[in-house]
Amino acid sequence: MVDDAGSAISGLQDGHTVMVGGFGGAGLPRRLIEAVLAAGVRDLTVISNNAGSSGVDLSAWFEAKIVRKIVCSYPRGATTFADQYRAGTVELELVPQGTLVERIRAGGAGLGGFLSPVGVGTQFESGKQKIEVGGITYLLEVPLKADFALLRGRAADTMGNVVYNKTARNHQAVMATAADTVVVEVGEIVAAGSLDPEAIITPCIFVDRVFMAERT
Amino acid sequence: MNCLTRENMARLVATHLPGNAFVNLGIGAPTLIADYLPEESGVILHSENGILNLGPKPAPGEEDYDLINAGKSPVTIKTGGAFFDSSMAFAMMRGGHIDVAVLGAFEVSASGDLANWNTGKSDGAPPAIGGAIDLAVGAKQIWVMMDHVTKDNAPRLVAQCTLPLTAVGVVKRVFTNYGILSVTPEGLAVEAMVKGLTRDALQGMTGAALRFPRELGVIHSDGAVHWAGG
Repeated sequence: MVDDAGSAISGLQDGHTVMVGGFGGAGLPRRLIEAVLAAGVRDLTVISNNAGSSGVDLSAWFEAKIVRKIVCSYPRGATTFADQYRAGTVELELVPQGTLVERIRAGGAGLGGFLSPVGVGTQFESGKQKIEVGGITYLLEVPLKADFALLRGRAADTMGNVVYNKTARNHQAVMATAADTVVVEVGEIVAAGSLDPEAIITPCIFVDRVFMAERT
Repeated sequence: MNCLTRENMARLVATHLPGNAFVNLGIGAPTLIADYLPEESGVILHSENGILNLGPKPAPGEEDYDLINAGKSPVTIKTGGAFFDSSMAFAMMRGGHIDVAVLGAFEVSASGDLANWNTGKSDGAPPAIGGAIDLAVGAKQIWVMMDHVTKDNAPRLVAQCTLPLTAVGVVKRVFTNYGILSVTPEGLAVEAMVKGLTRDALQGMTGAALRFPRELGVIHSDGAVHWAGG
């Protein structure tokens, strides 16, 4: 448990790769996003579904020009990112949404990648090894890992077990498995034992730091 | 001859979805189909951001921005619904557990190739793919809901797609504002067309050869279909 957002992200350095939870506004760790800005780190590689839209989200990182590259599936409605993309000052690796989360899953599960039929016969196959299994052609998709994962949970218990809120779970439960340091901003911290063990989504083994933010 | 409004296209698709099917509705126009699904259809809607048994949009003031659909609009969850993470949501698609996905499209070819993603080439914007490509590969059946022609009256149903593909040979059925067509090994076959439209007129708006069966359905302006002899 850490008391402030700055301590929650301590150790995050220039050039790091950072996974950021959220799908649209659901599950965005807004206080941690602000803390990264305040910390003044730069040259980040970001792995996230979107590239921000407006307000307190990843667009603030693009405005501050601290992102070198983003790996994401749907960078639309992201004005600041779009301007920098056009200007050629930020790199984009566009990944189909299901492939994105599965690459993160592979990273967190210790797998060397996986074979997916998604993208065969399209421009998404370029540069990827094709492997045939049982007469079906697949693309070899490689894992994604990060130095930090910044996530937003509904609640954590004092052990660090985490539950999410509705569709705010999205990529977050998988990102929690795939970073060296996993930081979860939550709206509530409860006593160990008060979350149903059957209903815990992210077990504490994956969680390094929990930061109590305001409820949403 | 009147082409269908977007709402009546949505009604047309809704009435054709199989009962009790697990269905994903793509972002954009297909989302409208949810408004025309009769409760007794038993259709269960899936959203790739992690919902099964998606409900209608909430009443004004009741929006919960942690409960959104794939288009990032506030929705509700029905009794018996479930939340799950994106990995499971995409396993449902890629693993063939979704019966029908209804997607929007820019172009569909006579062999069922689908082009429906925004490459940004036209306006210099960043490309964006999202989850449509995963749905296009994984759902048991891919249906497309789109206007029959572009704003400039160019056909969207074509012999070969000219736009970058989302997936190859996946589309089974196409619902347009002029008719219902199926993709067959012999090319595009017309199942039904709007009342008053001639076969020649439909062919004239289509960039691939059409086959017409003996019994052709007639689609009325409200999206209801009447079958000849039926």
